[in-house]
Amino acid sequence: MTYDPDVKYQKSHEWARKDGSLFTVGISDYAQDSLGDVVFVELPEKGKVVQKGEAFGVVESVKAASDVYAPLSGTIVEVNTKLKEDPALVNKEPFGAGWFVKIQASNPTEYDQLLSATEYEAFVKGL
Amino acid sequence: MATKNQRIHTVEPFIWELSAPGRVGASIPEADVPEYPLPGEIPLRTDLPLPEVSELEVVRHFTRLSRLNFSIDTHMYPLGSCTMKYNPKVNDAAASLPGFSEVHPLLPEDLCQGSLELLYRLQRALETLSGFTAVSLQPAAGAHGELAGVLMIRAYHLDRGDTKRTRILIPDSAHGTNPASVSMAGFTAEQIPSDKRGNVDLSILRQRCDDTVAGLMITNPNTLGLFEENIEEVTGIVHEAGGLVYGDGANFNALLGYLRPADVGIDVMHFNLHKTFSTPHGGGGPGAGPVGANARLAPYLPGPIVRSIGSETIRSNGRKRTEGAFQGHGSRYTLFYPEKSIGRVKAFYGNFGILVRAFAYILQMGGDGLRAVAEHAVLNANYLKHLIGNRYRIPYSRPCMHEFVATGDIAPGIHTMDVAKRLLDYGFHPPTVYFPLIVKEALMIEPTETESRQTIEAFADALLRIAEEAATSPELLHEAPHDTPVGRLDEVRAAREPILNRRQTEKLEGTR
Repeated sequence: MTYDPDVKYQKSHEWARKDGSLFTVGISDYAQDSLGDVVFVELPEKGKVVQKGEAFGVVESVKAASDVYAPLSGTIVEVNTKLKEDPALVNKEPFGAGWFVKIQASNPTEYDQLLSATEYEAFVKGL
Repeated sequence: MATKNQRIHTVEPFIWELSAPGRVGASIPEADVPEYPLPGEIPLRTDLPLPEVSELEVVRHFTRLSRLNFSIDTHMYPLGSCTMKYNPKVNDAAASLPGFSEVHPLLPEDLCQGSLELLYRLQRALETLSGFTAVSLQPAAGAHGELAGVLMIRAYHLDRGDTKRTRILIPDSAHGTNPASVSMAGFTAEQIPSDKRGNVDLSILRQRCDDTVAGLMITNPNTLGLFEENIEEVTGIVHEAGGLVYGDGANFNALLGYLRPADVGIDVMHFNLHKTFSTPHGGGGPGAGPVGANARLAPYLPGPIVRSIGSETIRSNGRKRTEGAFQGHGSRYTLFYPEKSIGRVKAFYGNFGILVRAFAYILQMGGDGLRAVAEHAVLNANYLKHLIGNRYRIPYSRPCMHEFVATGDIAPGIHTMDVAKRLLDYGFHPPTVYFPLIVKEALMIEPTETESRQTIEAFADALLRIAEEAATSPELLHEAPHDTPVGRLDEVRAAREPILNRRQTEKLEGTR
């Protein structure tokens, strides 16, 4: 199980990475492992405004369909269209090519409130 | 790919492969009226790529295919939450009576009084079992009943000018379709976690209840197969906040004759006739999801509903009794819409043939029989849980109702899917897997009341032998099933790259 130390997490198993003024968002290695083989990803339209904690997409595996929640409030400025063609990217590279969206944060301090890799790992081990 | 396709072909060819040009299964008589050209330019297609086969070939093809199936008539089918009980054949005999099967849905009421009486009496039977004021037989499936019920809740709040209620709370142990019904009705679904005993977490429920909550959807017994021990407190908290409570009736089988949902504060609920009342289930049903409501919500029920125009009297025991209206003719039955009805949710009168089957079942069983259904369903589930409890972890171990959830990770590297597939080799349909989502590696098992003690013991024996194999020869599980017409199918690839029609198959074969 990988806990990428360069991103921050929330308890619903999404991560966010600060890339300049944007935040890249995806689901954790633990999340993809629990879901199993991902077969479909539903992503929002570019330009959609989301609140922290709000569901912005759906990830579906052979076992289950789950909502994906925004770790930060802001505007979706980019979506990973490759996931439509190849949803398995979420399983293969959850912290890399399997990213979901990029958010222009309206309140970047929300990033600081997210869990560090160590805190998230401790949370997952307690589940 | 090639080997997989060949394997399927040895089982049964596609019907297109049986096709021979010009072969027909029916002869159409020559037209005895002059041909008439269609007006204007109607783009009629002249070719229709249908298989050309004889009637006998069609019969054999589909009969052979049907023999490859697992069905309730051939195998135990312990599919949790689905109540795959035996469907007595006499129900089909009743539904086939010409008076029911040949009645036209557009007949005037005077010419279909018998059918209307059946609908009326089925409504009354469901009212009696649930304690609700009125029942509408309109919805065609369980989730359809859910949607109707949530729309009733919406109509109730809007009718009172209460427009800020936009949230509906759903425990994480609820039936899986609930959030979808809530979203379809325009509400936001919000999950309430369970506590350690598998009940709704009351303190979190209290925190979340305010004047923006339209209602709660609760499944009781829940999808862990556990009775919600604080049900009256749960419904009380929601009512206090001005919300309404929807009961998901998927698991009503366990309560028959023991608990009337209306008595514990449920305002509206659907019944799954295709679960609790033994009408066909799986493979297309069709289903039926009548919805019942208490006095507060009954005016919003979907219509039409059947009522009796006889004089209604109240007996000393509080029951309504309908006396004949016309001398010697008994009651007369008529269709009506409740005062504030959300309207029609289905063409005509629901799935009528299914309603006949459910009514036939209720009449055969009688009140005592239905109560015995609940008793045996609960006893069978607890017996089975006891038989396998040493080898399969049961995360919530208090006595269950009609079903229980075990976990399939019985040895290192073994997953629920492996256990499920191996069960096929032992001649059992697998239980529901990976649901409810709150239990990892869930195996959700519901034996139903219609299985004998011997069958339940044979099923437990198969599970125990699989647990043994998991420890000694895990490859048997990983590669299962071995004895079925097709082996382990690539479900991931089927979901990612579905082949949905014949043309796609041809393309694939062309590239091979």
